[in-house]
Amino acid sequence: MRPFSYERAPDANAAVKAGSADGAMFLAGGTTLADLMRLEVLRPRALVDLGGLALTAIEDTADGGLKIGALVTNDAVAYDPRVVERYPVLHQAILAGASPQIRNMATTGGNLLQRTRCPYFRDPQVAHCNRRVPGSGCAAIGGVTRSHAILGTSPHCIATHPSDMAVGLLALDALVHIHGARGPRTLPLDDLHLVPGNHPEIETGLQPGELITHVELPATRFAKHSHYVKVRDRASFAFALASAAVAVELAEGSIAEARIALGGVATKPWRADKVEAILVGKRPSLDLFVQAASAAVDGAKPQDGNRFKVELVQRTLIRALDEVMA
Amino acid sequence: MSESNVGKPLDRIDARRKVTGTATYAAEVAVANVAYAVVVGSAVACGELEAIDTTAARKAPGVFAVLTHENAPKLPTANDKSGHPDFKILQVLQDAKIFYADQPIAVVVADSLERAQHAALLVQPTFHAAQITSCQLAKGGEEYKPAHAGNRGPTDTSRGDFDAAFARAPIKIDATYTTPVENHNPMEMHSTIAVWQGNDHLTLYDSTQGIFNVRERIASMFNLPKENVRVINHFVGGGFGSKGSPWSHVGLAALAAKVVGRPVKLVVSRIQMQSLVGHRPTTIQHVALGCDAAGKLHAIRHDVTSETSRFDEFVEVAAVHTRMLYACPNVVTTHRLVRLDVPTPTFTRAPGASSGSYALESAMDELAYAAKIDPLQLRIANHATFDAQENKPYSSKSLLECYRRGAEAFGWVRRAKAPRQMRDGRWLVGYGMATATYPARQRPASAIARLRPDGSVLVQAGTQDLGTGTYTIMTQIAADMIGVPYERVTFELGDTTFPETPLSAGSFTAASTGSAVKMAGLALRDTLVALAVADPRSPLHGVPPLALAAADGALFVRERPQTREPLHAILARTGKPELTASYSSKENQFADDYSMHSFGAAFAEVRVDEELGVVRLARFTGAYAAGKILNPKTARSQYIGGIVWGAGMALTEAGVRDARSSRIMTRDLADYHVPVNADIPNLDVIMVDEVDPYVNEVGAKGIGEIGTCGAAAAIANAVYHATGRRVRDLPITLDKLLGDSRA
Repeated sequence: MRPFSYERAPDANAAVKAGSADGAMFLAGGTTLADLMRLEVLRPRALVDLGGLALTAIEDTADGGLKIGALVTNDAVAYDPRVVERYPVLHQAILAGASPQIRNMATTGGNLLQRTRCPYFRDPQVAHCNRRVPGSGCAAIGGVTRSHAILGTSPHCIATHPSDMAVGLLALDALVHIHGARGPRTLPLDDLHLVPGNHPEIETGLQPGELITHVELPATRFAKHSHYVKVRDRASFAFALASAAVAVELAEGSIAEARIALGGVATKPWRADKVEAILVGKRPSLDLFVQAASAAVDGAKPQDGNRFKVELVQRTLIRALDEVMA
Repeated sequence: MSESNVGKPLDRIDARRKVTGTATYAAEVAVANVAYAVVVGSAVACGELEAIDTTAARKAPGVFAVLTHENAPKLPTANDKSGHPDFKILQVLQDAKIFYADQPIAVVVADSLERAQHAALLVQPTFHAAQITSCQLAKGGEEYKPAHAGNRGPTDTSRGDFDAAFARAPIKIDATYTTPVENHNPMEMHSTIAVWQGNDHLTLYDSTQGIFNVRERIASMFNLPKENVRVINHFVGGGFGSKGSPWSHVGLAALAAKVVGRPVKLVVSRIQMQSLVGHRPTTIQHVALGCDAAGKLHAIRHDVTSETSRFDEFVEVAAVHTRMLYACPNVVTTHRLVRLDVPTPTFTRAPGASSGSYALESAMDELAYAAKIDPLQLRIANHATFDAQENKPYSSKSLLECYRRGAEAFGWVRRAKAPRQMRDGRWLVGYGMATATYPARQRPASAIARLRPDGSVLVQAGTQDLGTGTYTIMTQIAADMIGVPYERVTFELGDTTFPETPLSAGSFTAASTGSAVKMAGLALRDTLVALAVADPRSPLHGVPPLALAAADGALFVRERPQTREPLHAILARTGKPELTASYSSKENQFADDYSMHSFGAAFAEVRVDEELGVVRLARFTGAYAAGKILNPKTARSQYIGGIVWGAGMALTEAGVRDARSSRIMTRDLADYHVPVNADIPNLDVIMVDEVDPYVNEVGAKGIGEIGTCGAAAAIANAVYHATGRRVRDLPITLDKLLGDSRA
């Protein structure tokens, strides 16, 4: 680990100011950052600890939604009775991830900003990783690619976004509240994460020093009717090979509205809007789900090691739709 | 002996110390003035170091030294492994050659771990990197024939006429099975603290399965008489074979301590453990079986190809059990090696027996379906009452009873004959079974028993407790033999100043060290008896020795228990501070006359979510006969630990290398998938009673590894029964079951 400075920010403005410095990074639960610093993958010169910020509450919003402080731990969100009752997909997605020990440390904001598990990214002795060393190439392409993405990839990066929680949030139309040097702003979650394109090192739309303060769950008619299915290599404590978060509103036996998000297969939490378009206005049936799921992998670019994901993610999605209708 | 302790499910003596954190493992020993060493590994897998710039590292705060091949002391005998084929060729900074990724190329020593880790990042190597030839075992690779099948007999065997018998057999299976790299990943990482006393005496606190191996290897490396090296190791957090012989880090710690002139602690990181401490090698196994319509085997062929490193040799002896497991007149087995740009593989829980049983027992399952015979009946029809390879009877064999008891407990009778016939909602259900076997060996071992003035007993032997319960069972044996209460016996281990014992491996600790402890205890009791009956001051004076018994810390006349004398009174009259008795047991004296093995039967139920390819182990029953069970509680833990290894082998575990660089890409426990609790159902273990008068003095065959044998095959066979899909490549991950069609 490289030497670094440490300060604990007293409030959001101070955090933004300190976090804007070159080489500064925010420290929340530390479950990603401390790990990657020890591996020498991340080399911040300054850590700005957010632990003193008052972002630890889950509040009701005026329109009947929830506003989750960025420092609320993953388990606290998962087990909040309002989340369990009104946003089941989020409850399920969080509990499908990590372990109780990690979820008790990891925060809402930190979960969204966790880094990829690509083994080439995590091994600093691998020279070629565009995320770690911009412009150095991508060792994953042509290598061990079982865990990698088939959607949202570029010739420069195929790393999967590992979060389960973010996939659940995406199916709930979550909004991300951000505080920065120029004041607060709000982004739809889908706009927070970026596909790698030509610049895999730029992972989010956050500007230097910008801080996630809250995640807002709007009140929607589909949220309560939501579900998460995760498929992985062992029964627990493994990242998704494929996952699907689905939320649907039924009206008179037809699908009035749908939100579909996929995990484990894409370079960012993946909104499958083409699937949604196929589902809406139709009566649910297995045939419909099969047809819709095939749209999820339009344009998929598998590697030698993850070709199976093209089929797996469709089946995962079909399962999720089947179960949410049950 | 009165068996008031042996055979009882006693709690581990060290349980409280372990759960309260007071059991001191090697890296936790408080050593004054200790410095911290960190190993720097090679980024490339092949070639040479061109240069290694340590300027920045040496200038970093707190750094005492940076050792590289350019400045490390020369150790001309570092890789002299004469007489020890199981010792490994080590990389202790003696030259610039690179043979595998992560190979040690420098050691940084500093005043804190963090400073050493930081400085390690400042070491700047440059390589003449050569393109690796291959790190993937493949058919048609450049095989060679090793001189022996490791320490397990000839490389190849042939009896009868396989070719003719196979050609004639009406029912045949001819299939190839592959198994991946498995990494041991014990909870406790390998660690060493090296403390020099002057120039020629060295103490090592080392996490090892064999303190005497470490002593011998390190003494030879530094050209010291072995008495000058003391190795201490009171607790080990698992080894599974990876701590069987010393790896490079032990030598590096001693080397670094010599250079910096103070004690040095070196802990191998979890990531480095995937490369620096051995692994189970990949295998390609060809199995051909031929039987008649009744299922009687007429031909068995098992050809094993496994990987080894460019610079050293390890043979995964996967076909050796095939030589004797089933009654069959025509049997061929072979072992071949392919050199790859990888670190040297090593013994991994049930070496050969687990990987080999996956192939053989999968093929037996395939043969059962081909012959339309129940897989269990096929095994019973081919039960061997005689070891045809060794031409010896078995010292004991209760396999048929294992089949019967296991099948009954599991409910094998409920199995549908054909695949894909059992279902529970979305889940396809399958049953599978396999035979398990592991050799029962005994190695020379010594122990000393000491009676102390307060009537307590101290027993010492230099063995190790890997977490298996060695402390506990040795205490049980000693208490019963000497006739003192269990609470009055202390057993000490893990110190080369104690009597010499073999390493803790090969499932032979109970057999070897247990026999020595038993016989030392008996010798102590005999000494006490002789003193008492010869002494007019003893109430036992003149009693024939055979009329005496010992219990509760006293000798007494068996027919008149009130005529007794406490052991401490006998000692007191001698005027000595203690009475001692030692014993050195030999290798098994009946080994020339009998073939000695444990046997068992493994039964698995899996559930397969076919649409998603997901397999879950739902139930497992293992019935094993392994001679005397010294402690059913610690024994059950050994068995279920072994079965969990089998479950990992079958379903989740694989060390994966990048084919271009030979770097291992499963570098931590998030990517290398050992089963987690949620993967493991309740495991039903049946210990079949077995009395073996020949196997060794304590009658125990050893149980550390047989649980792993057969388990992977039983699970793989259950997957076939559930799905009708035969996966011949472990682990059975979901992509191998997805197929093309949706259910």
